[in-house]
Amino acid sequence: MAAGVAAWLPFARAAAIGWMPVANCPMPIAPRDHTKRHDELIILNVSGRRFQTWRTTLDRYPDTLLGSSEKQFFYDEETKEYFFDRDPDSFRSILNFYRTGKLHYPRYECISAYDEELTFFGIIPEIIGDCCYEEYKDRKRENAERLQDDQDDNKDCKLPNMTYRETMWRAFENPHTSTMALVFYYVTGFFIAISVLTNVIETVPCGATPSQKDMPCGERYTVAFFCMDTACVLIFTIEYLMRLFAAPSRYQFMRSVMSIIDVVAIFPYYIGLVMTDNEDVSGAFVTLRVFRVFRIFKFSRHSQGLRILGYTLKSCASELGFLLFSLTMAIIIFATVMFYAEKGSSSTKFTSIPASFWYTIVTMTTLGYGDMVPKTIAGKIFGSICSLSGVLVIALPVPVIVSNFSRIYHQNQRADKRRAQKVQKARLARIRIAQAGSSCTGFLQSKRNDLLNDLLELTGSDDEELLLSKSMSLLESQHHHLLHCLEKTTAHEFMDEQLYEQNCLETTVQSYTSRSPSLSSQDTPIGTCCTRRVKRSSPLPNSSMPLQPSHQHGPLQELSALRIQCGDKLPPTTSRSSLNMKTDEVGLFNCKGGQITTAIISIPTPHSATPDGDGLHGPPQRRPPPPPTGPAAASISTTASSTVFKVSAL
Amino acid sequence: MGHRRRRCKRRLLRVARYLFRWFTGTLVEDSVVEDGELSTVCYRPEGLDQLLQQTKFTRRELQILYRGFKNECPSGVVDEETFKLIYSQFFPQGDSSTYAHFLFEAFDTHKNGTVSFEDFVTGLSIILRGSVTEKLNWAFNLYDLNKDGFITKEEMTDIMSSIYDMMGTCTYPCMQNDAPKEHVDNFFQKMDKNKDGVVTIEEFLESCQKDENIMQSMHLFDNVI
Repeated sequence: MAAGVAAWLPFARAAAIGWMPVANCPMPIAPRDHTKRHDELIILNVSGRRFQTWRTTLDRYPDTLLGSSEKQFFYDEETKEYFFDRDPDSFRSILNFYRTGKLHYPRYECISAYDEELTFFGIIPEIIGDCCYEEYKDRKRENAERLQDDQDDNKDCKLPNMTYRETMWRAFENPHTSTMALVFYYVTGFFIAISVLTNVIETVPCGATPSQKDMPCGERYTVAFFCMDTACVLIFTIEYLMRLFAAPSRYQFMRSVMSIIDVVAIFPYYIGLVMTDNEDVSGAFVTLRVFRVFRIFKFSRHSQGLRILGYTLKSCASELGFLLFSLTMAIIIFATVMFYAEKGSSSTKFTSIPASFWYTIVTMTTLGYGDMVPKTIAGKIFGSICSLSGVLVIALPVPVIVSNFSRIYHQNQRADKRRAQKVQKARLARIRIAQAGSSCTGFLQSKRNDLLNDLLELTGSDDEELLLSKSMSLLESQHHHLLHCLEKTTAHEFMDEQLYEQNCLETTVQSYTSRSPSLSSQDTPIGTCCTRRVKRSSPLPNSSMPLQPSHQHGPLQELSALRIQCGDKLPPTTSRSSLNMKTDEVGLFNCKGGQITTAIISIPTPHSATPDGDGLHGPPQRRPPPPPTGPAAASISTTASSTVFKVSAL
Repeated sequence: MGHRRRRCKRRLLRVARYLFRWFTGTLVEDSVVEDGELSTVCYRPEGLDQLLQQTKFTRRELQILYRGFKNECPSGVVDEETFKLIYSQFFPQGDSSTYAHFLFEAFDTHKNGTVSFEDFVTGLSIILRGSVTEKLNWAFNLYDLNKDGFITKEEMTDIMSSIYDMMGTCTYPCMQNDAPKEHVDNFFQKMDKNKDGVVTIEEFLESCQKDENIMQSMHLFDNVI
């Protein structure tokens, strides 16, 4: 329960007076506050700095160090204070957690130190409030990555027993692992550079010979360039085939971007080989040569920065898309406007709207070639508006892309969003578990506990240590009492969802009523609350024997048992015969060595002939008729069970 | 005629001002919103001594109550939403907002939409430290939604449904739709002596005092504080 809300529990309990006149049944007794004492100030001395707070403030969270009796270990008798040899700065935020119910993460704090403090004081970090949780998680992730990087650096020792293929792959991926790999790395890099260079020089006009006019070097020294090209392509092909061979997953490798670039880089050559001097396709062949420029992308294996740039563009896809979209919109608008503005003027270059596109693009990007200029006044006005807006539209998404790039460059980031989502779910799950006591399941559990206590009281045992209810804090017991009063007022009981669904299935079958886990047997379908009180004094019906463990498996498909051990385990054999629960035989039970088992047993409907046949000894007072063999509808965890026995054993 | 001209002029002035601001680039100041409810209302209760006189709590108890109150509502007053929120934390399975609303109405004796500490503590003093008659009076006041001195069947049905709503749906036995209605009929049978369809305060007090369970349960929460 949240801290502040705990202070309102007395009010909620007082407000329950509104239910009293309408209730038909007597109310349960309120839990007594045995430890009633005036609220006192506690002094917490953390490395010399004294903090003071009320005792009830700390008691709000009984499952932490300060809220439980664990702090007694730190109590100093002479100074009458609790001394902790920890960092007083971090302690501030921890104490604030008790006061306000929200845990904050101070930004100046080191993440691992803070984590240690939280662990020491028994607080789970998932409770950190939403205001600080992102920061906390980011820092934690950074730290983990740092540790991971350190680990990776130590991993470069060669593992024994690697197959040849694995060695090759490792050599390809991490060139600095062996000399051979390094040599290979540089050689391929060199050849990529050569290839790109030859492509470029091919088109440069070489010196003019007297016989012919200027022609590009490529046509002059055809053979030389052809040899160079062949050599490069050979090297690239060999490299590609080797990578393909070494890849752990060939299919995966073939789909990767780098391999596609490789293929595109070397393909035109082979196509050119195949297609010889066919005049028709030579045009297409020339076009294919353009793809040779893709060889330059092969450099990205060699350059980290290039990879990051590619990754940035990929991650900024939405911003780029927005840029493109807005530019397109603006271009169309302005082109239309310019076209109609310039329509009147003679000998205008703005012959159509698509023709005006060129003008608009050149103007918006502030290039201004000047090959198309508006001549009319209206055209000039709109042209100036166009150039002004162009600056704006382009300037807006660019900073986003820039910041993205810098962020990625500095962190060398992977896609962590997926992981963060998983962590979010785990966090919620942990909080839910930690706060299970306050939810209704805690209440239902405590009801079972209560019933056990009733049984204990019945046995006349007055051993103090067996009062199991004290495992719950006073706050919780008061809250449960409140919920109990509500149940009594409305003559209905709380149930958890699983059992409720079972219940509903059974009511459709209509042969009998199922039982709630905490009720003793009731004969009427709609249990009146009063029967509970009445039944207290009578021997507990349905107190069939507790099942020995061996019987619990077998015909039973589901058994949820609450075991509370008081003292040493009672050997199961003694639990059977002597524990037919009758009031006069109560004294037989020796509580000291008892193992109390409350079993809620769901017995599958179709199979078991009778409940007795399942090994329940002793006459259960009430035996529901075996249900009709409807579709068993056995769900995974809960069978469509018909019989839910409450078996309590002492 | 002059009226219309004045309106036109005002509009033109506003447009001109807007254009002027647009051209000169002055940032448009956010129009000062005259919020009806300022978020930083600070409400101080009467002094401790006065409250001591008005209620039946001891000094210590008042201190503890105020600390809890102020912790949850630093502004010093509770509005209905916060009230509902706090109350719903205690009943996770059901919907307690209607009943919380009725409670709020019962505590808000000044009918100003907020519950101050005085209201809070006055109410609690009656419930926890008052005589049985006072407590029953308070409960009657809670049920009597329009505060006219009579509890009609409709009012009682509303209250009952709100209590049953707090249970939620996962109950044993399964919650029937007419369970509140049945309960109300039971109640009226018990309380309405002259069968006129309403329960007056005298009938209510009389019937409750005859019922042992109710009398016993009135003392249930005496030691809450």
